[in-house]
Amino acid sequence: MTYIRKPKFRHPQLKTNDLGFTHRDYEGALTTLCAGCGHDSISAAIIQAATEMSLPPHRVAKLSGIGCSSKIPAYFLSKSHGFNSVHGRMPSVATGANLANKELAYLGVSGDGDSASIGLGQFCHIVRRRINMLYIVANNGTYGLTKGQLSATSDIGSRTKSGEESLYNNIDLAALAIEMGASFVARSFSGDKSQLVPLIQAGLSHKGFAFIDVISPCVTFNNTDLSTHGYKNTWENYEALSSIDYVPMREEITTSYSTGEDKEITLHDGSVIHLHKTSKNYEPNDKENALHHINEYKKQGKIATGLLYINQDISDLHELLDTVDKPFNSLATQDLCPGAETLKTINDTFR
Amino acid sequence: MPEIVATSKVIPIPRTNDFVVKFANVNGSGSASANNMFAKAVFRMGIPVSPHNIFPSNIQGLPTWYEVRISESGYLGRRDGVDLMVAMNEQTIKSDIKSVLPGGYVLYDNSKTLAADLIRDDVNYLGVPLKDICLREFERPAQRQLFKNIVYVGAIAAFLKIDFKILTDLVGDQFRGKEKLVPPNIHALELGHQYATENYQCPLHIQLKRCRKTNKKILIDGNTATALGCVYGGATVAAWYPLTPSTSVVDNFNKYCKRLRIDPGSGKKKYAIVQAEDELSAIGITLGAGWNGARAFTATSGPGISLMQEFLGLAYFSEVPLVIFNIQRAGPSTGMPTRTQQSDILCCAYASHGDTKQVLLFPSTPGECFEFAASSFDIADRLQTPVIMMSDLELGMNEQLCDSLHWDDKHRYDRGKVLTQEQLESIENFGRYNDVDGDGICYRTYPGTHPSKGSYFTRGSSHDPFAAYTEDGDVYAEVMKRIARKFETALKYLPKPEVRRQSKESKNQTGLIYYGTTTGAIQEALDNLARKGLYFDTLRIRSFPFHKAVRNFIQKHETVYVIEQNRDAQMKSLLKIECSATDKQLKSILNFNGMLITARHIESEIIASLPSIPESTDSKKKQA
Repeated sequence: MTYIRKPKFRHPQLKTNDLGFTHRDYEGALTTLCAGCGHDSISAAIIQAATEMSLPPHRVAKLSGIGCSSKIPAYFLSKSHGFNSVHGRMPSVATGANLANKELAYLGVSGDGDSASIGLGQFCHIVRRRINMLYIVANNGTYGLTKGQLSATSDIGSRTKSGEESLYNNIDLAALAIEMGASFVARSFSGDKSQLVPLIQAGLSHKGFAFIDVISPCVTFNNTDLSTHGYKNTWENYEALSSIDYVPMREEITTSYSTGEDKEITLHDGSVIHLHKTSKNYEPNDKENALHHINEYKKQGKIATGLLYINQDISDLHELLDTVDKPFNSLATQDLCPGAETLKTINDTFR
Repeated sequence: MPEIVATSKVIPIPRTNDFVVKFANVNGSGSASANNMFAKAVFRMGIPVSPHNIFPSNIQGLPTWYEVRISESGYLGRRDGVDLMVAMNEQTIKSDIKSVLPGGYVLYDNSKTLAADLIRDDVNYLGVPLKDICLREFERPAQRQLFKNIVYVGAIAAFLKIDFKILTDLVGDQFRGKEKLVPPNIHALELGHQYATENYQCPLHIQLKRCRKTNKKILIDGNTATALGCVYGGATVAAWYPLTPSTSVVDNFNKYCKRLRIDPGSGKKKYAIVQAEDELSAIGITLGAGWNGARAFTATSGPGISLMQEFLGLAYFSEVPLVIFNIQRAGPSTGMPTRTQQSDILCCAYASHGDTKQVLLFPSTPGECFEFAASSFDIADRLQTPVIMMSDLELGMNEQLCDSLHWDDKHRYDRGKVLTQEQLESIENFGRYNDVDGDGICYRTYPGTHPSKGSYFTRGSSHDPFAAYTEDGDVYAEVMKRIARKFETALKYLPKPEVRRQSKESKNQTGLIYYGTTTGAIQEALDNLARKGLYFDTLRIRSFPFHKAVRNFIQKHETVYVIEQNRDAQMKSLLKIECSATDKQLKSILNFNGMLITARHIESEIIASLPSIPESTDSKKKQA
């Protein structure tokens, strides 16, 4: 619907955030995805999350690969720089961008084709490299833009709209991210904004690699009863390991929680997340426990959602590489060039 | 006084500072540093020297050679034929001995008698009992093996008359910080030297004599010089995947950054090196960093270039600066990974699908590797496009004599058209791909510069001057034409070709075009051809897109030989496409066996292609 211009009109009483921005300031171009696409709900959740957090939009870099999912950075945060790169290679571009300027917030948006198939290698390695970013996969279990082929996250036995059966084991990106060393791993559903928004906020506040696998139904090609990524199946089998509240650093914590099944986690920037666990045995700081829960639920045909795993004590790539505090892209000749005198002594070592 | 063992029927012709010494070794036997010591000693005697590693794709056990050309005339290309063969490898000794020129010498380990079929009656044998000496003098098995190499260097010092002090100085330099190793190494040198002087008439007919031809010069390999160029050029991000023969670019970048790029206050690093999972990722990281305003590079070779094609197209179309060092090796596919070639010309010039063009630089010496590497970041930033420096294994991995590296402290990095926050403030309607200046280069912004202005969406899909997605064919075509215009502007920033007229009097009808590592053989070929009365104008290509001078050079000559090191005459093809040259105008001289092209090959190809040698030439030849 690119031919329709988005109206500039704003309701005069729109709520503003700490920066004086309304949620309209966090919007992007009008979506060109199908009506009812789960991905549009993800855009909306990102807009709400960023508005509520008072994220300066121009200090966000949004990156994506190729596919329906990778189009969505155009539909939020129009004041941010965006990069729609090549299929499956957003992780490497995000790595380079992050190295050049450690001060921006990095938001990567990818899909199941982009991250679980063509870009699976890049996905695994960006997790290993611990880039400080939030990486969202809009997971619809199908290739939408090429009209409904099976993807690597389609569950074995599930069928495409045209009836083709998935013969192979599916790849669970959340479990894979935990295995590869991601320090924040969550799963959510584009239809559950109350869960998705605080997860996005927590993921953006988390220092290190944060990953959210968002089940996001494809209304056109993969919303059938035989699909495990459609609205029906997801709603019916959706089980939250915990519900989550995100409390920004500045706000006083007013809600009180009963101890035992609730967990309070303070993030690097001082903001706090509250987890209300629904499973007594679930421990979000324990890798093996998180993987166990994912698999247990899967055996029952259920989808474990919420914050699956978190580790706040892990360093990001800049800390690992021990880089200077100033962003690389602000260093000038005098910061970087050793000069002619030094070169003379270097020349002497080659005589 | 012991007699020289002159088994040769051919009397050696006495020659000073002009011969080839070749070391035949077993890979992994520790010969490399000993052989290097020899080459460096020749250099320190002031004599031009060019060593060439001929090594296998192997860590231990396969044959390896180190060929050292010594030429007071300064001919640094390879020369066929060996004057002194240091035959240390039993696997190859037969063919090694066969390659010695009549009247030449074979240095071998005579702890064991040489087999009868290895005896030629036209070469001289210099037996030195290396194994016996080391068994007698050294206790540890590892030492007995390693010091054989040092003992033969000591013997060669006597045979060729190398100043012994130069060698002892080199040992001191090599083991600085590990002083315990100095005395046994010097002892080994003395043992070889002593044996040679006691048993043979030293020096031989071929020998060295101090001269002053290496003043202000250095002996450095191209990859080290390239890495230094990156440090000086302001690179902060290096992303790479290990690949022979490019690996030492990043190894050396790392080495020099550790010394030169540590923030004195915090002790933190002003650089980041990421070993990526593959070349796709390596260039992706480079591109991401370039997009976000850091100077970034990757180093690779042919197989990596193949993988990088997709991203090169993205960088071309979305106009992101980045630098690639392509240290070419013999292809196709895995090809000969440890042999040299110039065979990635076409796949780099038009890298990626769709209509594309890439900026290429062709260095021919380590000095130019340094200069081009440093300036490649300015060029990439200025043109907002990838720059590929086309080095090769020969240049990258072999030490070569060149002028000292030079840096002008007045130089400031040219970051190109990047808008600051203040500049953005005064702009009404920013368009990332809006050609405001009419030179094809548009203004860009680094992410995060201004709260409300200057943000845009970078994409590999079709976009309009304001970076918005478009499927309007006319808008797309305009953008494509504008990018093409940028490559005309590029000429202002690219190194010009080096044009030389060999003879002022004669109006030459014939020209030679060459580039990169062919350069070493050119002067020698020209001098030899001139002795036969044949004169040529020459043009050395240093960058692509081609300057007008290249087209003019082709138009001004009836015939132009394009000399290159690949099978398919790739540079000739490129000249035909870009300079409207024809097959009638351009002839090829090719060498693609993986070994550096020789002057003799160039000469013989030229002579063979001439209709007949003019009479005057013959008479001159007789006089000579």
